[in-house]
Amino acid sequence: MANPTPEAPQERPRGNPAQRLYAAFDSPGRRRALHLVLLAILIVTPWLSSQYVTVILTNALLYVVLCLGLNVVVGYAGLLDLGYAAFFAVGAYTIGILTQQFGFNFWAAIPFALLAAALAGVIIGGPTLRLRSDYLAIVTLGFGEIVRFTARNLEITGGASGLSHIPEPSLFGWYIDSSIDFYYVFAVLAVLAYIASQRLFDSRLGRAWLYVRHDEDAAEAMGINRVAVKLAAYVIGAIFGAVGGIFFSVNLGAISPESFSFQQSVLILMAVVLGGMGKIPGVILGAFIVVLGPELLREFDTLRLLIFAVLLLLIMLFRPSGIWPEKRS
Amino acid sequence: MTQTAARDDAAAGPRASAERQGEVRLSLSGVDAFYGQIQALRGVSLEVRQGEIVTLLGSNGAGKSTTLKTISGLVRARQGDVCLAGESIARLPAHQIARRGVVHVPEGRRVLRGLTVKENLELGAFTVKDGALRRQRLEEVYALFPILHERRHQDGSLLSGGQQQMLAMGRALMHGPSVMLLDEPSMGLAPKLVTEIMRIIKRLNEAGTTILLVEQNARLALRLAHYAYVIENGEIRMQGDAAAMREDAAVVKAYLGLGD
Repeated sequence: MANPTPEAPQERPRGNPAQRLYAAFDSPGRRRALHLVLLAILIVTPWLSSQYVTVILTNALLYVVLCLGLNVVVGYAGLLDLGYAAFFAVGAYTIGILTQQFGFNFWAAIPFALLAAALAGVIIGGPTLRLRSDYLAIVTLGFGEIVRFTARNLEITGGASGLSHIPEPSLFGWYIDSSIDFYYVFAVLAVLAYIASQRLFDSRLGRAWLYVRHDEDAAEAMGINRVAVKLAAYVIGAIFGAVGGIFFSVNLGAISPESFSFQQSVLILMAVVLGGMGKIPGVILGAFIVVLGPELLREFDTLRLLIFAVLLLLIMLFRPSGIWPEKRS
Repeated sequence: MTQTAARDDAAAGPRASAERQGEVRLSLSGVDAFYGQIQALRGVSLEVRQGEIVTLLGSNGAGKSTTLKTISGLVRARQGDVCLAGESIARLPAHQIARRGVVHVPEGRRVLRGLTVKENLELGAFTVKDGALRRQRLEEVYALFPILHERRHQDGSLLSGGQQQMLAMGRALMHGPSVMLLDEPSMGLAPKLVTEIMRIIKRLNEAGTTILLVEQNARLALRLAHYAYVIENGEIRMQGDAAAMREDAAVVKAYLGLGD
């Protein structure tokens, strides 16, 4: 037998179209080119589209941030979370309360909102880490509802009507207030979330998530601290959610408990599952689909949500592990 | 009462020595372990010395796997103590025990489905921060198991049983263990592969790894091991020099059901 060398050059993936597609963008140069093209499209689009389209796209970019955040929890670490909107709420309400009721500057309030979300991540993560996935789903669902009901019943959160007149942020004397401004704010956030997701995926922590997701016991037997690793997933996911919530609150200028309903959590989870858990481009695609889908079907009027639901069911029937193709066969 | 199989040193062959050499690497003293209400281990005490292969024999459900799990921290000892080089590890979480060089190769291999052979091996070296050392270990594992190199880009769960056992052992070696806990490495393998696995265990031991081997195939294990314990209903029933135990037909017949 030939003497084995540990790192022979990787064979070119051949075979099905998906593998060839991956292979086509295997070189860093081509991938950079693709990134630049997508970035250019992202920058130019609002100048070519109506205000209506810009607002919808802004919402889609918000979902990209939220979905990439939930993807860390569900896709990377393999923890089912049915209450993700709670973190989104914590970010939005912290900003709303601090800026509107305590006169904080928007930018000065951000660290507090992130801290609050990280804390919420520890609170939900800590006691639930020993649970298996189905129990975890129930507990996270409950947590999401607790946060929403708390917001509805406290005076400081404005009760059922929520908070309004959240001041718009300014940057060096320039107010961020038009729909195009917010489009760009969310575009920057989405790009940052994308880069962070990619970095996390390639990191040591990302490897640890991969192993814990596949086999907790085997991972632990090789020295991976599963509790710490899962907690990190919750905290990081919570921070992504809070970032979305922070800018969501100032974009709308008003928030209410109903923005953070169970349905919201399900929609985000749906986008992640639809696109393909753990696959970044798939998750981004999923976010666009759940936001743009109902809009594109608007001409069907009252039937549009029904048609959308049937389409989603069909996709999941034919591609149960998500739209985005697997890297390996 | 514990029976000792070691008899006449001269008669029992070159390895037969009632006095065990080396420092105590791993020890269990009076360990009780439970699954819920069911007691799986009753006052188990055993010792593994530096550089030894010690085998733990017994029938199905006797408590062999539980003993290994109690050492690696997957099951907690309710009574008694587990010590590594004299230091108690009974209360440490499993990942910290692993970081101290005790690696458990579980029964059924636990190859991670959906990950390639190489990715499976890399899991073993997760705690090894030095990239050069990781690459060196990978090279060593591939040299020991050339088939793993050949199959490195394939899904680990698609390997044959024997190859999966090699992968599980290779993964453990990536960790650079000082003590290896092997749970039934020969289970379900063709005789030729069993011989191959045993040869590799011997080689690893000669390279300095201390091994605690759980086996149902007592004849095989006794040929390989220096010292042996027999467990029955969660209790250690006998112990002794492996070579001597192999010679003692009556003992083998009574406790291991291998008489013919």
